[in-house]
Amino acid sequence: MKKLKILIVDDSSVMRKIVERALRQAGLDLTEVLEAGNGAEALAEVQKGALDMIFSDINMPVMDGLEFLKNLATLESAKGVPVVMITTEGSDARVVEAIAAGARAYLRKPFTPEQVKERVTPLIGGRP
Amino acid sequence: MRPLVNPSHQASNQAESSWKAILECAAMEVFEMMAGVHLEPNPEPGEEPSGEQTAMVGMAGALCGMITLRCSQEMSKRFASLMLGEAAAANPTTARDALGELCNMVAGNFKGKINALKDQCMLSVPTVISGEDYSMDTADPNEGITIAFTCDGNLVWVCLIVQP
Repeated sequence: MKKLKILIVDDSSVMRKIVERALRQAGLDLTEVLEAGNGAEALAEVQKGALDMIFSDINMPVMDGLEFLKNLATLESAKGVPVVMITTEGSDARVVEAIAAGARAYLRKPFTPEQVKERVTPLIGGRP
Repeated sequence: MRPLVNPSHQASNQAESSWKAILECAAMEVFEMMAGVHLEPNPEPGEEPSGEQTAMVGMAGALCGMITLRCSQEMSKRFASLMLGEAAAANPTTARDALGELCNMVAGNFKGKINALKDQCMLSVPTVISGEDYSMDTADPNEGITIAFTCDGNLVWVCLIVQP
């Protein structure tokens, strides 16, 4: 499986660790895992260099996940990088909004490693 | 009993009566999927909610109130260990935060299963209280749901408290 450099965006440091663990349990080969506590921090990380995939929460302080997606679309360094939204939101409307703003997939918490694998594997290698 | 959901949102009393089963299911799913443990509903726990760790997530919108998740410190460490690994769970702050995230997921999963709440109820960030010597003064106890679970012989409590 392709080695991946990913960014996990969530205001909870514990949730970032939970997501990383789930991704590893799902069989993803993570060579580097960057973390950001909100959308603004995440944009700064994206500008530093190439990423293979981004996982982002929706509800966050400073800049939420939807705003992050909109800003991400303007960055050359983010072109083609798949974004997976991870949320506790039961709202279908917010998920639809996230997909419309450029997210390639979403995961609702709680999730199993199998569900992570199912949603994420098709996106690996998606960067042109 | 007063309707649990703001009447303007047209939730029926019949739907509300099913909330206990939905909350039970939501909690069991979260623990099963995120920590790999089975919570066994315990209809006769023989005691009031107890435990040194209480996580709380506020709800606002169609339903105003909170969901709490309460258990012993030992159980909260165990859940954190299952979710994050033993090394991470050894840090008390991490164990507390993990319980908060579990509570957040129970609340999100619960509201996601109820159409009247799904798009019309927001969740707060989780808060965790450490210690047992506290009281929570909110709504009439009749306007809430308390569910006891047993997990490997230990009690785990999930409560929905609705503000009048």
